[in-house]
Formats: sequence, C-alpha cells, structure tokens
Amino acid sequence: MKCQHCEKPATFHITELTEPSGPTVMHLCEEHARTFLSTDGTATPASALASLLAKQLKMEKVAEDLAISDKKTCPICGISFADFRKGGRLGCAYDYVAFEDELEPLLVNIHGALAHTGKVPTNQSGSPERQHRLMQLKSEMKEAITKEDYETASRLRDKISNIESDDESSWTDDALEEDLDDEDEEDDTFQAEPPIV
Amino acid sequence: MRGHGPESDIVMSSRIRLARNLAEFPFIRKCTPKDRTAVATAVHRALDSLPLSADTEYVDVAKLGDLDRQFLMERQLISHELNESQGARAVILDPKERFSIMVNEEDHLRLQVMQSGLDLESAWKRMDQLDDQLESKLTYAFTKRLGYLTACPTNVGTGLRVSVMLHLPALVTTKQIDKVFRALNKINVAVRGLFGEGSQFMGDFYQISNQTTLGKSELGLVAKVQEVVPRLIEYERRARDFLVSESRQDLHDNVSRALGILCTAKKISSEETMHYLSKVRMGVNLGLIEDVKIPTVNKLFIHTQPAHLQKLCGRKLSVTDRNIERANYLQLHLIKRSENEKN
Repeated sequence: MKCQHCEKPATFHITELTEPSGPTVMHLCEEHARTFLSTDGTATPASALASLLAKQLKMEKVAEDLAISDKKTCPICGISFADFRKGGRLGCAYDYVAFEDELEPLLVNIHGALAHTGKVPTNQSGSPERQHRLMQLKSEMKEAITKEDYETASRLRDKISNIESDDESSWTDDALEEDLDDEDEEDDTFQAEPPIV
Repeated sequence: MRGHGPESDIVMSSRIRLARNLAEFPFIRKCTPKDRTAVATAVHRALDSLPLSADTEYVDVAKLGDLDRQFLMERQLISHELNESQGARAVILDPKERFSIMVNEEDHLRLQVMQSGLDLESAWKRMDQLDDQLESKLTYAFTKRLGYLTACPTNVGTGLRVSVMLHLPALVTTKQIDKVFRALNKINVAVRGLFGEGSQFMGDFYQISNQTTLGKSELGLVAKVQEVVPRLIEYERRARDFLVSESRQDLHDNVSRALGILCTAKKISSEETMHYLSKVRMGVNLGLIEDVKIPTVNKLFIHTQPAHLQKLCGRKLSVTDRNIERANYLQLHLIKRSENEKN
C-alpha cells in the first residue's frame, strides 16, 4: 500500500481519534507520518502531546541510525538506502540482500511477516546472490585476462559456466551462502552440494 | 464489466495481478533505455515461443498515441503508470480482454487476469497457468526466503494483488461506507477507487484488495479477499432493503431524476455521468427503473469515458465538445434503448 500523499510505501497506519468527523485512518510513508505527527499549532492538546512523543521517541533516535543506514550502497545497482527512502523503489533485486537489515523492520511493518510461503518457480536460478556471484566472477575473469593470468582466467571461466549451466535447485540461497563464505579458497569447491530440503 | 457472473448486481469484476521481475536486469528505476528495450525484447521473444502468442497481441505502448493509451487505460488493460511513463514499454493483450501483461511498468512484468462478477478462484487458476507459461521461458528474480522480488517492498513475496470491484451506492447513500472501510482496514484489506491506487471514488465503485503480499500463500490471500466480499454484499443489500422499505418514494424520485438528467442534459461531464449512472444502476437493480437494462448501463459507464467517446466519434474532441457528445450519446442509448426494449 502506498502513502496517501506520495508514491512511497505506507509504513505508518495512524488512526486519528480527535478529528471532529470521527476517527480517521491514515496510511503514510515515514516522511509524511513525521510531518503529520510534528504539525502542531491548531492541533488539539491530545495531538500536540502525540506529536511531542513522536518527536522524542521516534525522530531523534531514529535520525542517528538512519544517517548510518542512508549511506549504505548496493554494490550492484549503486543506489543508497537514502535513494530508496526518497523514491520508495529499489534499484535491483540485490538490494534485498544489500539492505537486508534496513528492509527487515520495514517488511515486518508492511506485511507482518518475513517469510514467503507462496508459489515457488520451477526455475530457481533467479536468486540475486547468484546474479551477484556471476557478476563478481566475470569481473575477476576480466581482470585476470588484463593481467595475462590465463590460468586463473580459465579457472574462473569454468566456474562461471558451472553456475550458468546449473540453473536448477543447487543454486539456492543456502548453497550460495556457504559458498560465499569460502570465497578465498583456491580449490574448486564453489559448486556446493545441493542442499537437503 | 459485462454485467454477468455471480452477484453481478453488486460485484462488477474480479481481478488478480502478479508482479514479476527478470533476474538479469536491474529494477525499472535503474534500467537504462537499453535495459528497458532488452527487457521488452526478452519478454516478446519468450511470448513468441509459447502457444499463448497465437491468440494475443503484443502492443508497443511507446509507439501509441495519447488517445490509444488512454483508451487502454479506461478499459483497465494498462495502468496509469504505464500510460504516463516514458521509454520502452508494452502490453500483451488477450482479444477477449480476459488478461493483459504489462511490460516495464513499476516492475518488469505485471500480469493481470480479469473476470466478470465474483470468481476469484478461477481467476487465480488462470493466472497461475499464465505465470507458469511465462516462467518456463523467463528467469524471475526470486529467493526462497522472500519469494518474488519486486521494486517496491509492498509487493514482495507473492507479488499478488487480489481485487474485487464493487458497486456500493446504498452504503454511500446511507453514509455507512466509512464505517465499512474502517472495519476493512483493521483486517488489512485495502479500499481503492475505480482505477486502483490513488484514484478517486467514482460512480460509487470501490476496489477492495489485500494489503499484504508476504507471509501468506496465494490461495490464502485469495481466500482473505473472497471471505470479505459476501459480507460487503450483504451490507449493501441490507442498505438497499432499508432504503426501499424506509424511503421508497424518495429513492424512486432520486433514481428517476438521475435518469431524467442523463436523458435530457445537453452537456455533461464524465464525473457527473458516472454519478447519475450509478444511481440509475441501483434503480434498475431494485426494479425502480424498468425500461433500462443493466448491460446497457455497464456499457455506458465505459463508453462515456473521454477516450472511448473520442474513439466512437472517430476524432479528437475538446472538453466542451466531449461534454456535448457525451450527452448525445447517453440520450441515444438510454432513450432509444428504452423505446426498443418496450417494443
């Protein structure tokens, strides 16, 4: 669900009880929720108190954390978390990995859940980790070629073709995570065992 | 909006959409013009290798004129976003308008399946098959943990939006609609206008849909929306009964005046048309207006929209000319139709 005032996801669902027309539910993004919560002046004492509390509890504390999160950048598409917060749209599938810590509370807020329990595609090679790994290997191979290190380049080429040909379940997230841990190992163990499901 | 199907006096249509992204490309906001073209080409190619392509039309939306794009939007075959955005984008159309696939909308792919009346389960079945077919040729961005990855985190997981379009004039007249919405909001069911997110509530049409997409299965989400609809139908019926029993004269007067305006106005805007058509529709459904048929009213809702009207006239019209033309069109169909139906 999007914010009532802009295109960003609505992560604040505020029920205003002090409206003269009766309770009103508002769906707002973080920014508009802040604006809403911080407007005072003509507001009633109750909403003034609410805005004060919101300022104290949310903004100041969150502001520090946000400043750190905002600087995080996705190594694939290059957007920062601040860019995402501004536009409400992610730049690539790997953002879900790169901004995992930041997105998790947001997902809980939106969906009340963190785990997919729905349909699973037959072809599961579309994981962002796999895409990321392929990109990494390809750039390493390029570099090796530039350095005329053909032995490494050919080993990398084999790794790439292994990943590319193996488009079935062995490229699930678990297998990749294991693999990413032993990134520096010299031997050809990159193709991890298919995980036991 | 063909006016048939279960509960079609209140439920206009059922709609299911899926958001999907291709694993090899960045999401739309980071797509270069070249990427956008490559996405469209990949989808077009995938489609060509499927039996599906025999009965569908691939339309390059970037090459369409304003009027054609708006026309597709009024028929709800493309979204506002696809209409307004720039760069390579497309829509794959089923000639019977049972489904459409938008390419390069907010996500690389937006699949939607439409059905008259209330029939979400069969809509989901058709959607599931359509998705399977495309998936056999395309690699979607997906993780086991978070499911299908989407440009906006509000759609991640199933990427599924299940919505039902309802005509709720009696709940509006009896001023109970806000109460109903508050109740729906509490159980994570969203309410939107005729054209989805951000659109106005026009003609007493309301789209209700699931708010969350992660953590429940597709059928679970379908069931959630499905389970709310009978209650809304019942509320609307109760409100209609109340109006008929408590103020039949007023109601009869109100819907007859609405028909009177539509039959005699010389200039009429599309908002005003929707407003009065909605009353007429309720009048027909309650047996207060006898010489107009529901399919006629449903058709008029669609045909009196700006782009449809201009298409029917075969030329571009200014706002004033459209208002005149709309009044003519309404009279032609409401008066002629009622005379024909009498004979």
